Amino acid sequence: MNLTKLLATAAVALGLATTAMAQDKTKVGFIYVGPIGDGGWTYEHNKGRLAVEAHFGDKVETVYQESVPEGADAERAITQMALQGADLIFTTSFGYMEPTLAVAGKFPNVKFEHATGFKTAPNLATYSARFYEGRAVQGHIAGKMTKSNIVGYIASFPIPEVIRGINSAYIHAKKVNPDVEFKIIWAYTWFDPAKEADAATALIEQGADVILQHTDSTAPQAAAEKADNVITFGQASDMGEYAPMPRVSSIIDNWAPYYIARTQAVMDDTWESVQTWDGIGAGMVGIGEISSAVPEAIKAEALALKAALADGSDHPFTGPLKKQDGSDWLGDGETADDGTLLGMNFYVEGITGDIPN
Amino acid sequence: MDFGSINPVLLLASLMVAATPILLAALGELVVERAGVLNLGVEGMMIIGAICGFAVAVNTGSPVLGFVAAAGGGALLSLLFALLTQFALANQVASGLALTLFGLGLSALLGQGYVGIKPPPVGKLDIPLLGDIPVLGPILFSHDLMVYFGLGLVLAIWAMLKYTRAGLVLRAVGENHDAAHALGYKVVRIRVLAILFGGACAGLGGAYISLIRVPQWTEGMTAGAGWIALALVVFASWKAGRVLLGAWIFGGVTVLQLNLQAAGIAIPVEYLSMSPYLITILVLVIMSADRSRAPASLGRIFHASQ
Repeated sequence: MNLTKLLATAAVALGLATTAMAQDKTKVGFIYVGPIGDGGWTYEHNKGRLAVEAHFGDKVETVYQESVPEGADAERAITQMALQGADLIFTTSFGYMEPTLAVAGKFPNVKFEHATGFKTAPNLATYSARFYEGRAVQGHIAGKMTKSNIVGYIASFPIPEVIRGINSAYIHAKKVNPDVEFKIIWAYTWFDPAKEADAATALIEQGADVILQHTDSTAPQAAAEKADNVITFGQASDMGEYAPMPRVSSIIDNWAPYYIARTQAVMDDTWESVQTWDGIGAGMVGIGEISSAVPEAIKAEALALKAALADGSDHPFTGPLKKQDGSDWLGDGETADDGTLLGMNFYVEGITGDIPN
Repeated sequence: MDFGSINPVLLLASLMVAATPILLAALGELVVERAGVLNLGVEGMMIIGAICGFAVAVNTGSPVLGFVAAAGGGALLSLLFALLTQFALANQVASGLALTLFGLGLSALLGQGYVGIKPPPVGKLDIPLLGDIPVLGPILFSHDLMVYFGLGLVLAIWAMLKYTRAGLVLRAVGENHDAAHALGYKVVRIRVLAILFGGACAGLGGAYISLIRVPQWTEGMTAGAGWIALALVVFASWKAGRVLLGAWIFGGVTVLQLNLQAAGIAIPVEYLSMSPYLITILVLVIMSADRSRAPASLGRIFHASQ
C-alpha cells in the first residue's frame, strides 16, 4: 500500500513536472480498442483526434495507443499515457470504464473522458452518442426492404448500448413489417474480421437478407456483397466503399466537435465532469447517404423519421411497448427515460432468444 | 429453437473454408517443428502474407500472383527468424515472439494504403459434373483452389515424412541434431529450408483470410489464427492427418456455434463461444494418448562445435 502510494505520488509529481515543462502545449491522449484502420469505430475516433490537431495546430499535441485490450491491461496503458504528461485522456470503449475510473483516482490533475460508460468522478466525464436513434432509421429501412422477413444482427457484447441498438432497430422494423424476425449472433468481439465474416455468412445461410452489425470491421459488408441481394448498413463509419450495394445507409459517429470543445475547455480551465449524450439533433450521430438501392418512397420515410428524431418530435422508444416477458414497460405515448436506456438489460416483446449474462 | 433452419450441406461447405487458413499455417509449422525448430512467429508471418498477398492481388488484379507473393512474403519474414536462430543462435521462443510483434507492426505499415479496397474476386472451382452431385457436390466440389491445395498439402507432407528419404532426414534432424550432424547432414541448411517452408505456408494461410474468407485488408485481421495453428500442431502430436482433423473440428465448431446462435438454440452463448477451443483440444488430447511425443530436439539450439 505504502509503495503504491509512493509510486502514485512520484507519478503525479512526474506528471506535474512534465506538464510544467510543456505548459504551452496541451497534450491530449486517446486509447483505442481497435486499430485506427478498422474502417469503423476506432477510425472515426481517430478522425476526431486529427480534427483536434487540425483545429489547434501547435497549441496541442496528441498521442494515441491502438488495439488496447479491454480489462486489466487497459489500466497500464492509461497510466502510461497519464505518466507521459497527457492533460486530457479519452478512453474510447465501454470496457475501459473500471480501468479509467481507477487511473482517474490516481491522477487528480489529469482530465479523463470515457466513451459510452456511466461512471464518473470529479476528473472523469463520460460521453456517448445516441446511436439507437440511427438504429431506428436502420430498422425502418430493414423492415421495409426485407423479403425473407429475416433480419440478421451481429452483436458484440451484451452491454446496454448494444441491447438498446437491437431493441430500437427491432421496434421500428416491426412497426413497418409485423412479420419481421431478428436472428442475433453474439460475436463477443468488437473487431475480428474473420469471425464477423463467418457470423454474417451464417446469418445469410439461414435466410437473412438484411444484416445489421454492431462490430467494427467491414468484413460483414464484404460477406454480404459475395452473397448478393443482401443489404447492410455501415457501422460507426460510413463504409461508403460498399455502396450502393450491399451498404444502403450507415450510422456515422461524429466525435470531432466534441473533442475540439473538450480540448478547448481544458485549455481555458473550464473543464467540468459532465455526462454528454447527444444524438442526431446535435450532430453526434449522422445517417450516411441512403443509396440508390433503396426505393425513393422508403428513402423519404427514413429521412422523415430522421428529421423527427432530430427535432425531438419522435423518440425511438415510444409506448405502448412491452418487455420480452410480456410485462408492461411504456404506456401509450410514454417515452423511455435516459436512466432506463443507459442500463437497458432486456429485450422488447417479440425478440426471441435470451441476452447472455 | 429451430434446428431446421441450419442447412447441413452449407454448414459443411463453410467448414472447409473456415478451416483452410489454420490448416495451411499449421502444416507449415508442423514441418518446422519436425525439423526441431520452434517458431512462435506464425501469427506474424500470416499477417505479412495477408497484406503481401492483398497488395499484390490488388495491384496486378491477379489473385494467383497474390498468393505467390503471400508465400514469398511469409518466407522472407521467416528468413529473419532463420538468421537469428540458426546463425546468431538466438533463443527461439524470444525470436518467434519478436517475429509476431514485428510482423503485426510491419503489416500495419505496409497496409496503410489498402484499407477499404476490395481485392479481385477469386473464382470458385465449379467442377462441371462432380459439382452437380446432390449433397456431396456443394460440400466437396465447389470450393476455390486453395481449399484443395490445403488438402493436397496434407497428403504430400504426410507421405513425405513417412515414406521419403528427405522426410527421414528431416525427422532425424528434429530428433537428434548432433547425431544427424555426425552422419553428415547439413543441420542448419535443412532447418533454414524448413523454416522458409513454414513461412510460405503461414503466408498462404494469411492470404486466404485477406483474399477469400473475409475478403479485405484490415490491420490485425488474422486475430489470433496463428496462435491457434501453433496449438493445433502440438495437440495433433505433430501428425499431418491429425492437423487436418483438428482444423476441421475447429473450423466446424466455429461455424456451427454461430449457426446455433442464429437459430436461437437455448445454450448460453458463452459456452458456444468457447466450444471450438474446448472440443478441438479435447478430441486431440484424447487421440494423443498413444505414444506420440514432441521431436526430441525441439527448440534446442544447434551449433556444430558442440
